[in-house]
Amino acid sequence: MRTLLLKRLVQGPLTEPAPAPDAAALAELGAQVDRAARRRLGRSLSIREVDAGSCNGCELEIHALNNIVYDLERFGLRFVASPRHADVLLVTGPVTRNMREALERTYAATPDPKWVVAVGDCARDGGIFAPSPACVGGVSRVVPVDLHIAGCPPTPLALLSGLLALLEDASKNR
Amino acid sequence: MIVHRSDWEQAAARLQAGEASLVALWGEPGSAHMALLDQNEIHTLSIACDGGRYPSVGRLHPPAIRLERAMRDLHGLEPDGLPDTRQWLHHDEPYRFLPAEGESLHQIPVGPVHAGIIEPGHFRFTANGETVVRLEERLGYVHKGTEQLMAGAPLERAARLAGRVSGDSTVAYALAFAHAVEAASGVEPPPRAVWLRALMAELERLANHCGDIGAVCNDAAFVVLHAQFGWLREQVLRTAARCFGHRLMMDCVVPGGVRADLAAEGQHALRVLAALVRSRFPELVEVYDNTESLKDRTVGTGILTPALAAQFAAGGYVGRASGRAFDARRTPGYAPYGELEFDVPVVQAGDVNARVWIRVREVGQSVALIEQLLAALPTGSIYAEARPSAGEGLALVEGFRGDIFAWVRMRSDGHVERCHLRDPSWFQWPLLEAAIEGNIVADFPLCNKSFNCSYSGHDL
Ligand code: SF4
Repeated sequence: MRTLLLKRLVQGPLTEPAPAPDAAALAELGAQVDRAARRRLGRSLSIREVDAGSCNGCELEIHALNNIVYDLERFGLRFVASPRHADVLLVTGPVTRNMREALERTYAATPDPKWVVAVGDCARDGGIFAPSPACVGGVSRVVPVDLHIAGCPPTPLALLSGLLALLEDASKNR
Repeated sequence: MIVHRSDWEQAAARLQAGEASLVALWGEPGSAHMALLDQNEIHTLSIACDGGRYPSVGRLHPPAIRLERAMRDLHGLEPDGLPDTRQWLHHDEPYRFLPAEGESLHQIPVGPVHAGIIEPGHFRFTANGETVVRLEERLGYVHKGTEQLMAGAPLERAARLAGRVSGDSTVAYALAFAHAVEAASGVEPPPRAVWLRALMAELERLANHCGDIGAVCNDAAFVVLHAQFGWLREQVLRTAARCFGHRLMMDCVVPGGVRADLAAEGQHALRVLAALVRSRFPELVEVYDNTESLKDRTVGTGILTPALAAQFAAGGYVGRASGRAFDARRTPGYAPYGELEFDVPVVQAGDVNARVWIRVREVGQSVALIEQLLAALPTGSIYAEARPSAGEGLALVEGFRGDIFAWVRMRSDGHVERCHLRDPSWFQWPLLEAAIEGNIVADFPLCNKSFNCSYSGHDL
């Protein structure tokens, strides 16, 4: 009984025709990311997320990349638990004074070659928090940034296309 | 009400005796303010801080300690008799963790950068083998100086800031701020706006509850439910985007009303969503309830006693899973909930399972509320312009995590002079330290997720 139920549960949404208008774009984008990642790195791409002062809105959408609708892992993109395993640091938030050192240390712990993607309007220049003395400002004030993905917060689709742009750029400048 | 030292101290003594609950405690240069819940009503007291000093509330009532440490950091107010004078939101001085003495104890420092995609904070565990003897939290890493940014901000900018205190509760924060501003300036949002706000607030609750119930299952290594609940959450967010133009509904609630009206197409999408949750949710819950390996992890884990929940006036599912029947939609209550039917589920067990169950029950209530709201949505305008006027206002709004307190003082030019926003996590974080005691280290992620306190909301 339970096995049956579980099977149905597992099958239901996955076999359901995707209703969202962005489904086609999503599939196309994902395939491109995968090809670019392979060209560049010859394998999948490991991402380490660092919240350097976010309101948590950006984290919610980064999380959504992992749900079964977007299912990031099928494209070879994978979140890892340690910066030592990462190719890409995905950094959110206006960097707060209290997170500055932790961000620097995380960056230092990430092996080369590495890329930094600043996620969200706050990560660009501090956003609405920019004037605060408790904030350092955008991510590039603390570590070199390769790409910025705009949005407050960026949608999962914007995040995915951002990662694609990074890979395209990285392979061009190789 | 501006009071003398003796009245202030008497209020602290009443808190200590459990005769009233602490709702908020905040400061500004030269004065301190306290909000109490007494006989289901909120009262505020203010005290002039001569020479920057005032009598500590935390000296008698421990839930106030972290708030007073924060007031010291932010406004330089010195609470006489405060038992713990380490910095809290500011990190300029080296931090001394509490000492732990005993045989075969070891310490495990975790954070501020954690393994998952979560907010930063530091946890210092003292363990005896597998068992946690003490957890000490250190927070403040995402302190952004929001209160300082609020001071002098034009209304529109201040509302945007309020919606970014804790991104997962952006609707609830924007609503609390709007209520406070409306109370200060005497403006009444049109009925349709009031109902649309409630729709957004219930959608936000639904999205967070679905996502977090799944995340608790994930931390108990039951991935199937995580995937399924996550899928439901995504459906809620997509519906929100279709109805109101933003997946998290940021900046949709503003002082005076709402920004986006709900079209007929959106109403239909919401009905479809409600039906979807009604059909899918119960079978997932059934799986949760019938999976012994999952219940094995959640039942009896991370118990928060009703006495502590009451002492700290813990809001939300943390309080309601430990016998504290409080919901700001009921007490003090706000429109349109007086016209709607809903239950406030309460249980006594206080473990991870109880917190999950409260949220399961609340999903059902939110769906029912959404249906009621759609069935009787008033017509008319969605925004009422506020005339700039000086004044003060406060509000208590029930976010998915618990009650959010907002206080604002407006200037006559329509700018914000001061604003204080108190996250429910202030009274929940300390309880996580208590709930984990005696549990194994490996159960911490599960306990933590079942509380799901906000870092950003707390750190401000
Ligand atoms: S960009 Fe927006 S969602 Fe992201 S951290 Fe900043 S305020 Fe929050």
